[in-house]
Amino acid sequence: MSELKLMKGNEALAEAAIRAGADAYFGYPITPQSEVIEYLMTEQPEKRTGMVVLQAESEIAAINMVYGAASTGKKVMTSSSSPGISLKLEGISYLAGAELPAVIVNVVRGGPGLGTIQPSQADYFQSVKGGGHGDYKLYVLAPASVQEMSDFVEDAFNIAFKYRAPVLILSDGLIGQMMEKVNLKDQLPRLTNDEIIEKYDSWAVTGRKNRRRNIITSLDLQSEKMEARVHRLMKKYEQMEKEDLRYEKILCDDAEYLIVAYGSSARISQKAVELARKKGIKAGLLRPITLFPYPKQPLFELADQVKGILSVELNAGQMVEDVKLSVEHKVPVEHFGRTGGIIHTPEEVLEALEQKIIKNGNLRYHTTRESSIL
Amino acid sequence: MEILDIIQPENQVFCKTKLMTDTALSYCPGCGHGTAHNLTMEVIDEMGILEDTIGVAPVGCSVLAYDFMNIDMTQAAHGRAPAVATAIARTWPEKYVFTYQGDGDLAAIGTAETIHACNRGENIVIIFVNNGIYGMTGGQMAPTTLEGMISSTSPYGREIKSMGSPLKITELVANLPGVYYVTRQSVHTHKHARKAKKAIQKAFENTRLKQGLSFIEIVSNCNSGWKMTPNESNIWMEENMFKYFPLGDIKVDGKLKQ
Ligand SMILES: Cc1ncc(C[n+]2csc(CCOP(=O)(O)OP(=O)(O)O)c2C)c(N)n1
Ligand code: SF4
Ligand SMILES: [Mg+2]
Repeated sequence: MSELKLMKGNEALAEAAIRAGADAYFGYPITPQSEVIEYLMTEQPEKRTGMVVLQAESEIAAINMVYGAASTGKKVMTSSSSPGISLKLEGISYLAGAELPAVIVNVVRGGPGLGTIQPSQADYFQSVKGGGHGDYKLYVLAPASVQEMSDFVEDAFNIAFKYRAPVLILSDGLIGQMMEKVNLKDQLPRLTNDEIIEKYDSWAVTGRKNRRRNIITSLDLQSEKMEARVHRLMKKYEQMEKEDLRYEKILCDDAEYLIVAYGSSARISQKAVELARKKGIKAGLLRPITLFPYPKQPLFELADQVKGILSVELNAGQMVEDVKLSVEHKVPVEHFGRTGGIIHTPEEVLEALEQKIIKNGNLRYHTTRESSIL
Repeated sequence: MEILDIIQPENQVFCKTKLMTDTALSYCPGCGHGTAHNLTMEVIDEMGILEDTIGVAPVGCSVLAYDFMNIDMTQAAHGRAPAVATAIARTWPEKYVFTYQGDGDLAAIGTAETIHACNRGENIVIIFVNNGIYGMTGGQMAPTTLEGMISSTSPYGREIKSMGSPLKITELVANLPGVYYVTRQSVHTHKHARKAKKAIQKAFENTRLKQGLSFIEIVSNCNSGWKMTPNESNIWMEENMFKYFPLGDIKVDGKLKQ
C-alpha cells in the first residue's frame, strides 16, 4: 500500500527501488549515499520481493554486475557518489553501447579528486556531456525533493526499458541526506523469469530456447555497422527529446527575470523567487527536471519575454553553458554558484540576481566564468 | 565405391561440434582458442543444458567467442566477466553461467573481479585460457609471461626484478574457501583435449549441484604472439610453460591436492 513516511532521500530511493519491483541492486559504499545499500541490507528485500542485493568489491565491479543482470532483462540499479561514478564510466558507456536498460544514481559530492563529502552539482558536465567514452547520452533525471528521490526510481526504470538505455538519477548530498515527508508508492510485483523471457526474448540472454542465439555486445569491428549502431543511439536520444522532456515553470507567466536551476539549487531558488516577488521584482524559475533532454525550447521562448537569466548551480559554472546555447544570445545569461560543499542561501541567490542581472540590465555581453563565482 | 556412398551417418567418426556456428574462426591457425571453444560447446551439448546456459565473453582474442559459440552470450568489459557472471548467476540461480577469459583479462586488469567472485564462491564456471601473452593487442607482456620471455613490451625478455614474477593466479584462487574445483589443463593434443573436456564437464556438473566456483585454467599457445610456427609453439609450451604452470588438478571437491 502507499504510505506516508519521514525519510532520508537516500532511504526513500532505496525503498522505492524495492517497491518498483527491481530485481537487483549492486553497490559499493561512499558518502553521502551509503544509506542506500545500508537500507537495502537492513530491509532484506530478498525476503520481501526476492530482490537481490550485493555489496560489490568496487564501483567497477558493481556497474559490471549491473551490465550482467541487465543483459538478461532484469530490472537492476546501482548508486554511488562522484568519485565512484567516475569509476563506473567505462561500464556506463558499455551499457549505452550494448543498449541495456539500467538505473544509475549519483548522489553528488564536491570534486575534483577526493574533494569533499558535502553536497555539490559539479558532475553536471560528466552527466550530460558523455562522461564515459564514445557517442552516447544518458537520460538524466534531477530530483529536487525526497519525494522525487522516491518517485523517480520507477520513472527511471520505465524510461530505461522504453529505450533500452541507461538512465541516471542525478541527485546531490543535500537531497540524499535530508529528511522529508514522502508518499511511498504501492509495491509493484517483480516480473517472473517466464515473464521476462516472454517480454524480452528478442534481445535478452536467458538461454537459447526455440530461437536464434541472443548476443549482448557493444563491439562492431566493421565501421559501417558501428556507424549504424551510433545512428540507432542518436535516434533514441532524438525520441527522448520529443517524448520525454520534463521541466517545471514557477511564476514564469509575467516574469521579467528568470532563474534556471535544478535539484537542490531549484529548491533554494524557488525561495529566492518568493523573496524577489515580495520586493516587487518579477522573477520566475525554470526548473529542468530532465537535464538530458534539456528544456531548450522553453528557454528559447522565455528569452523573448525576460530581460536576463541567472543560472544557479552548486558548481563553478556548468549548466550555464546549456542555458546560453538554448537562448542563443537573445538575453544576458549569468552564472551564480557556490562550490566546495557550500550551499547558497535564498538571500545570496536574490542578491546575485540583483547584482548580476537586474543592475546590468543593458549588458549584452557575458562576463567571464571566473568573475561569475561569488 | 563412390565417395558419396562412404559419407553416411554410420561411417562418421568425427563431426563438427553441434553448438559451434558456421562462422569461420578468427583465430590464427594453430591457436588453442578454437579447441577450447569446441570442448566447451561439446560439454554443453552433451549435458543438454543449452537452454539454460549463458556465456560471458571477455576482451581479448576471444572477444568474438559469441560469433562462434551458438549459445546466448554477453560480452563483458576487459577483465569484468566474473562480475558480469556474478550478477547473472545471482539473478538466475537455476542457470549455468560461465566466463571465458584470457590471462591479461583475468589476471591483470580483472584481478579484483576474479579474486572476489572466487572468494564469494559464485556458482559459476571460469574457463581461463593462459597463453602467457596479450594475443589480441599484438603480443605484449602479460602477468603470466615467463621469465626471460620476449614480448613487444619486454623486448629484452621479462626481467623479474623490474617486472615481477609470472603470476600463478590459479594457485592463488585455489586457496580461497569459496572455490570448489581448480584444475590446470591443456588442449594441444587429443589426449590433453580429452582430459580438458572431462574437467569442463566436471565444472558444469558442479554448477548443477550448486557447489560454487569451478576454475579451469587451460595453458595454451599463442603462436603469433610468440613468433613461432604452431608446432614450435606447442613444443615450446610443453618445455617451458608446463614447467612453470604444471598440469593437473589443484583442488577437487573443495579440497586442495597435496
Ligand atoms: C580497458 C581496456 N584496456 C585495454 C584494452 C586493450 N586490450 C584488449 S585485449 C587486451 C589483452 C588481452 O589479452 P588476454 O586476456 O591474455 O587475451 P588473449 O588475446 O591473449 O587471448 C588488451 C590489453 C581494452 N580493450 N580495454
Ligand atoms: S594472436 Fe595468439 S591467442 Fe590470438 S588468435 Fe592468434 S595465436 Fe591465438
Ligand atoms: Mg593471453
